[in-house]
Amino acid sequence: MTTTLDRPTALRDTPVRKERRPRRSTPLTIAMLAALAYFLLPLLWLLIASTKSAHDLIDSFGLWFSDAPQLLTNVKDTFTQDDGVFLTWLLNTLLYAGVSAVGAAVLAAAGGYGFAKFRFRGDRAAFNLVLGAVMVPTTALAIPTYLLFAEAGLVNTPWAVILPSLVNPFGLYLMRIYAADAIPDSLLEAARIDGAGEVRIFFRIALRLLGPGLVTVLLFTLVATWNNYFLPLIMLNDPDLYPVTVGLSSWAAQAQNGGAGASSDMLALVVTGSLLSILPLVVAFLLLQRYWQSGLAAGGVKQ
Amino acid sequence: MAAPRRTRSAGPLFVAPFMILFLLLFLTPLGYAAYLSLFQERLIGGTAFVGLDNYVQALGDSQLLHGVGRVALFFVLQVPVMLALAVLFALALDSGLLRLARVIRLGVFVPYAVPSVVAALMWGYLYGPDFGPFAQFARELSLPVPDFLSDTWMLGSLANIVTWEFTGYNMIILYAALRTVPTELYEAAAMDGAGAWRIAWSVKLPALRPALLLCLLFSVIGSFQLFNEPNLLTKIAPDVITSDYTANLYAYSLAFTGQQVNYAATVSFLLGLVIVIASYAVLLTANRRRTP
Repeated sequence: MTTTLDRPTALRDTPVRKERRPRRSTPLTIAMLAALAYFLLPLLWLLIASTKSAHDLIDSFGLWFSDAPQLLTNVKDTFTQDDGVFLTWLLNTLLYAGVSAVGAAVLAAAGGYGFAKFRFRGDRAAFNLVLGAVMVPTTALAIPTYLLFAEAGLVNTPWAVILPSLVNPFGLYLMRIYAADAIPDSLLEAARIDGAGEVRIFFRIALRLLGPGLVTVLLFTLVATWNNYFLPLIMLNDPDLYPVTVGLSSWAAQAQNGGAGASSDMLALVVTGSLLSILPLVVAFLLLQRYWQSGLAAGGVKQ
Repeated sequence: MAAPRRTRSAGPLFVAPFMILFLLLFLTPLGYAAYLSLFQERLIGGTAFVGLDNYVQALGDSQLLHGVGRVALFFVLQVPVMLALAVLFALALDSGLLRLARVIRLGVFVPYAVPSVVAALMWGYLYGPDFGPFAQFARELSLPVPDFLSDTWMLGSLANIVTWEFTGYNMIILYAALRTVPTELYEAAAMDGAGAWRIAWSVKLPALRPALLLCLLFSVIGSFQLFNEPNLLTKIAPDVITSDYTANLYAYSLAFTGQQVNYAATVSFLLGLVIVIASYAVLLTANRRRTP
């Protein structure tokens, strides 16, 4: 085959070892494509179901299009139901997830940098405390937080969802590992000799070198908050404050209770709303994959 | 790795914002829960200090014990399957033998970006005994319709949803770990006559250890606080998923339906404790195996 032509150059570059490029395996590829089908099937169903009327959802075969596709009608209905509350939910989600993710990433980056590059009294104890907190489950914490926020009058405000999401112990752990590796001490030393202050060094130099780690924490906090259900479920009871997850589940409950009649139309809205709610995150992951994968590599290896 | 040797005062400055919020939003709720768990709301006389009475009650509370038992069973059923799949997929991706590797990698990962609410809604519909596609298929072929939402199948159905959601996430962590193994190791093994399977077993799997431990730890935490998926399926299978189906559902219904705030705090606190203990048990077992 044509590869024989390349061999001399490969040999010249690395005289001892020969380029190991295993032949592609068709059986393995087929097995993995079968696995892929399992992971994509529900999403395919969602895509197909979004084109159906409430009636066709029940009557036509689930994994193929019905005779009368009406995706645009469904999208329009989703956005106009209850005076456009779905758009409010999407915007709320964007606000909660955006503020939480940026805040959590910056806090974790500064903290991780502080722990990685400075020695101070109690640093080890403080870090171990945070490390231990990684194991404390967020939902076990949610009810106590609710009770506390109820005392403080924060329940049923956006803060009730945003504040708890700002503290990401695993993010801090990840950023500490990342900062230790990615920021050379000599660079910090040089900046100090040039007379730069510590805060300036952090924002001008460190934060840039922390890039991929920062994107990883940002993206995973974004997903965690975007997909969060338990916390907003208990913290909020005003539908205008709901994020899209709680909103969709309230619609799903209506569709379920309604059975036949007017509210059975809700089923189509739940399905189309679900599709619309997952698109932004899927796109974000696809666009940013180069960054989050290299960031994850740092966290997965070192313990 | 160069040890940080600086003793400047800037360290606390960078750490302070996180630590202050950590104190306020992490430790304070825990402390508050601990405090609340020592009281009881009485019809007469208001709130009374009762010491550890709530804990004594919780330890003998069959609803709580069943909930914890169910999530423990869930953990034993679901996590090994999910992690085994994630390891296999990561090894397949790393082997360089796959065509379309990028597409497969992202496709398996995509469910992670889907909210568990949407995942549960989708699967709930797919499971449906009347017009779910599986039921439609079975009827078309005149086969018995599997009742995924029945009492017998429910835990497996929930396990399937969680596996669907998180296999790709674990796979990516493991794959990222594999990418950082120096290729010299593989070459040395190949030089010694090791085949692809042998290399996977003797070189790659040991290298995956720390990452696998991390995945396991996250799975312990995730399994024991199972809430979203059962809570959403409650609506379509109310007789199967009762309000005490998992420990977390139980805590939720105590606090928000039963208005038993103090007892809910006790249950939350105990659940957190169970998870921390289970996590430590996982870590300890793993560490003991490393040093025989």
